[in-house]
Amino acid sequence: MSTKPEARSGSSTIVDVRDLSVHFELRGGTLARLFGRDTGTIKAVDRVNLELRRGEVVGLVGESGSGKSTLGRALLGLVPATEGSIRLRDQNIADMSRRQLREIRRVVQMVFQDPNAALNPSMTVEEAVGDALRVHGMRSATQRHQGVVEALERVGLSPVDLFLTKYPRDLSGGQKQRVVLARAIVLNPEVLVADEPVSMLDMSVRAKILQLMLDLKQDLGLTYVYITHDLATAKYFCDRIAIMYLGRVVEIGPTEEIFAQPRHPYTKALLAAIPEPDPDKTVPRDLPRGEIPDAAEPPLGCAFHPRCPEAVHNCGWESRDLRVLVEEHWMRADAAYDEEQQLLGDLDHLETPSTSATIGAGGSPAVRDVLDRMKSEDTHQPLWAGVTSIEDAGSGVTVHFEPAPPPALRRAGGVDVACVLYPDEGGTEMRGEAGPRPGS
Amino acid sequence: MSMELTDEPVGASAQEPVISARDVRVWYGTTRGAIRAVDGVSFDLAPGETLGLVGESGCGKSTLGRGLMGLLPDGAKRDGEVLFRGRDIFSLNPKEAYQLRGRELGMIFQEPLTRLNPLMRISQHFEETIKQHEPGLSNAELRGRALEVLRLMGIPPTRYRSYPHEFSGGMRQRLMIALALVLRPAFVVADEPTTALDVLVEAQIVQILNDLRRNFQASLLLITHNVGIVAEACDRVAVMYAGRIVEQGRVAEVFRSPQHPYTRELLRSTISLNTTGLNFIPGAPPDLVDPPDGCRFHPRCPDAMDVCASKNPVNIERPGGGRVECWLVGPEDEIPPGGKQPLKQQELTVVDEA
Repeated sequence: MSTKPEARSGSSTIVDVRDLSVHFELRGGTLARLFGRDTGTIKAVDRVNLELRRGEVVGLVGESGSGKSTLGRALLGLVPATEGSIRLRDQNIADMSRRQLREIRRVVQMVFQDPNAALNPSMTVEEAVGDALRVHGMRSATQRHQGVVEALERVGLSPVDLFLTKYPRDLSGGQKQRVVLARAIVLNPEVLVADEPVSMLDMSVRAKILQLMLDLKQDLGLTYVYITHDLATAKYFCDRIAIMYLGRVVEIGPTEEIFAQPRHPYTKALLAAIPEPDPDKTVPRDLPRGEIPDAAEPPLGCAFHPRCPEAVHNCGWESRDLRVLVEEHWMRADAAYDEEQQLLGDLDHLETPSTSATIGAGGSPAVRDVLDRMKSEDTHQPLWAGVTSIEDAGSGVTVHFEPAPPPALRRAGGVDVACVLYPDEGGTEMRGEAGPRPGS
Repeated sequence: MSMELTDEPVGASAQEPVISARDVRVWYGTTRGAIRAVDGVSFDLAPGETLGLVGESGCGKSTLGRGLMGLLPDGAKRDGEVLFRGRDIFSLNPKEAYQLRGRELGMIFQEPLTRLNPLMRISQHFEETIKQHEPGLSNAELRGRALEVLRLMGIPPTRYRSYPHEFSGGMRQRLMIALALVLRPAFVVADEPTTALDVLVEAQIVQILNDLRRNFQASLLLITHNVGIVAEACDRVAVMYAGRIVEQGRVAEVFRSPQHPYTRELLRSTISLNTTGLNFIPGAPPDLVDPPDGCRFHPRCPDAMDVCASKNPVNIERPGGGRVECWLVGPEDEIPPGGKQPLKQQELTVVDEA
């Protein structure tokens, strides 16, 4: 079965997301608020551009905290947009009232990850699916019943009579997810935002639900936004894929192109990390270290650089990276930990992001010695290439790093990539923020 | 069913197995009758070997893991024989079992945060664990041991005095593994240790588990629903369906030429990067209060024969090594005449669909 857009007539834009940002204010404790202390902002979605064409499946792929779910929710107006626009049929979802949003949700519907949480345990299947019709003003109970029966048949829950009176607890995981799908399609929407629709299900059931979603798309002419952390299902299911990291799209393009030649190191890492049921494949060794960082204070420069296996000098090295490096050094040579810790003193102040880092408590020469030892342990460590100078300061040293703005999405081959390794090819469409980049 | 298991010499070692389970059964009492969650399971685990236990939810894999540890809820009963270094751990009294757990038998759970005390520093967690089992250790020795394990798990010594909430999800799972391994148990059960984690972090933890045998010489029973993780981190695999291990053997062997149709279909329905079409197993796993007669997989099996619906399959040597329970593999002489006729399957209604 073809999921490719050319199977459908035309490729008109149905949803157009422009420079969309969704920020959440961290409110802190009562005391902090009383003294007006700023506790920060989480940029869950940060200046994202995305165009949905009629009849295609767009995948939003990334780890938790990448902003993929928030972006998906913003498409239904479930989270308020801080900046930018989401255009659907010449209307902007980003600045609609609740009443208008309710109308929009006839057109854009959502499928949630956990069918157990998405269904009200005290509602029968008929009530759950029919509720969507009732909310949207279908008064006649017979009409509602008719609609529910049709939707249940479409999702393969037949004989329908057997399911109408069942409660979620009587259903298996796959059946529940079918009910959730039925509720999503009962209003005849055009766009379905599916947030990890199969990740809670068993392997043998996943394929069934994905197949059902493909059938529904074919029969009802749906357009999908498929949100997932799993590149394997995305590869099979999507026409285009946007890889997200810490609120931004770092690579976007046609599925074949992304898989044939992944460009962004994050995309490559995600691909390498998929556990394949192939006994010849061994555990990948050059995985990114660490985890997705704190979104309230993202890394300077490229957000992925602290974990990136391909990082270079101008990725935006900073004080926190130095701390990580020191701690890694101590993990290697743990014999010297106690002495060196005395020499370097407290590292907590390095947590404030800065392109210069002052460390040391035991005198400049001794601290320089420690740094030199770290350097010689791992000469390929790209952080050192990003150090512009090291000068004596008090009882330690100050390390200055090369400042670097976050890379913008730039054209590379058939895709757009936000990485300093892919400088502008020139003359092509630039999306995202246009930061002028010095050639590396 | 006969249970004389003479498993092939496993891995590099034909040594005495660390764990030798024979005909293990676990059942839960309910108002509808007993749920036979684990129903006659046998396997061996050699020193330093990793066995992947894979199957769908409800197949009994977690119950088996907890049953081995003696961590079953009230109302559950277990039966059979599990020899740990020659000693039957199912017949120990509660005090002896308590002594053995932690020191000799380790467990790694799925949700790390629910297993760490939010009011205790990491250092206190280690102190408590070690002091409980090795009271004679000095504080310096204790700290040295803990830091060494943390180092192997990739946690810097600077974090030793932090609280659990100061760690990320992956770090917490590393802490759990470190706590389970600091006493150097000979046998560890890891129950879906990566399911709650992100893809990249999952790969990091799989790497750590993969290095366990080298760093700790521990035998690992890795319970997972992800056949990919089994392929990457395990020496042998046991495929579980409806309370029974239907096929076991070396991972490369079983994955390359699965003998049981369930193993084959499970592998086929897994969506991987090489997937070009969607495959799935029709139907749903059976109700374990009243499982189907004969082979439990026969109502869903594309290759079912007449004999499969009436006679329990025999546990036999798997071609290429290992064990398998399927009439397709044999033994020929126990199949009644005409038993190899393709079974007329009942039309599956969606009612039975998962």
